[in-house]
Amino acid sequence: MTARIGVITFPGTLDDVDAARAVRYSGAEPVDLWHADADLKGVDAVIVPGGFSYGDYLRCGAIARFAPVMTPVLEAAGKGMPVLGICNGFQILCEAGLLPGALVRNDKLHFVCRDQWLRVENNTTAWTTRYDAGAEILIPLKSGEGGYMADQPTLDTLEGEGRVVVRYVGGNPNGSRNDIAGICSPNGRVVGLMPHPEHAIDALTGPSDDGLGMFYSALDALTAAIAS
Amino acid sequence: MARVVVDVMPKPEILDPQGQAVAGALPRLGFQGIREVRQGKHFELEVDDSVDDETLAKIAEGLLANPVIEDWTVRRIEQ
Repeated sequence: MTARIGVITFPGTLDDVDAARAVRYSGAEPVDLWHADADLKGVDAVIVPGGFSYGDYLRCGAIARFAPVMTPVLEAAGKGMPVLGICNGFQILCEAGLLPGALVRNDKLHFVCRDQWLRVENNTTAWTTRYDAGAEILIPLKSGEGGYMADQPTLDTLEGEGRVVVRYVGGNPNGSRNDIAGICSPNGRVVGLMPHPEHAIDALTGPSDDGLGMFYSALDALTAAIAS
Repeated sequence: MARVVVDVMPKPEILDPQGQAVAGALPRLGFQGIREVRQGKHFELEVDDSVDDETLAKIAEGLLANPVIEDWTVRRIEQ
């Protein structure tokens, strides 16, 4: 039996279809989850995809964090279920308190849409074990509010504990502190990042297939858990 | 009924690129002497008299503002 990975759709989510496709490419089974669902349909992991949930009203992710489906997500994450937040999903996980910090308007105010080089700084999380430490990967970044902000003690903790998962290389696109593109929870099970690995799973449709490693990594983690 | 105003502002140490853009536009429009602009949000709530200050603080801190990046104030407006 293969792992089942849920992909949440909120009103305004855009990248749920690509995220489900990436899950399928990796060999896992994607399961559609709706924002109003009260349970996770027994999935083994959850992806909170990108887009503009609830129109980004109030703040990005501020309304989505209160959606019914987030209650079981928080509960499952607390028990160690792998959760990946991409772009708006990262913003939602920060608003929900699963990850520290917040994402703010890009420092130059422009919406950034480009293929972005990242360095994998932590290859021990549930979503990054398939990468070599220090590997540089090319995946799309497309966001207007992608500047990662946290106070200095939080940044020091993230850096000290190796919880910066991916970092921008070749220039900081949005004013993120410490060039941070993605971070993880203390146990490495919850990862959030602004760039979109689900858009880079096939050279035919993306700049590379470098993003696929995140989905393979999760499948590895889940398969190991099912086998043991 | 009472009117309550909640103002939400980016924390001083958080970069405010929107405010900077406004500040940058003013000289181009001929307005001189504006040193800095910071942009925030202003909420007006019509609340029953039964809603106490503690509840209003929870609303401000829990939803209207993100305390990681924003400061907030709550004030009741005399009517």
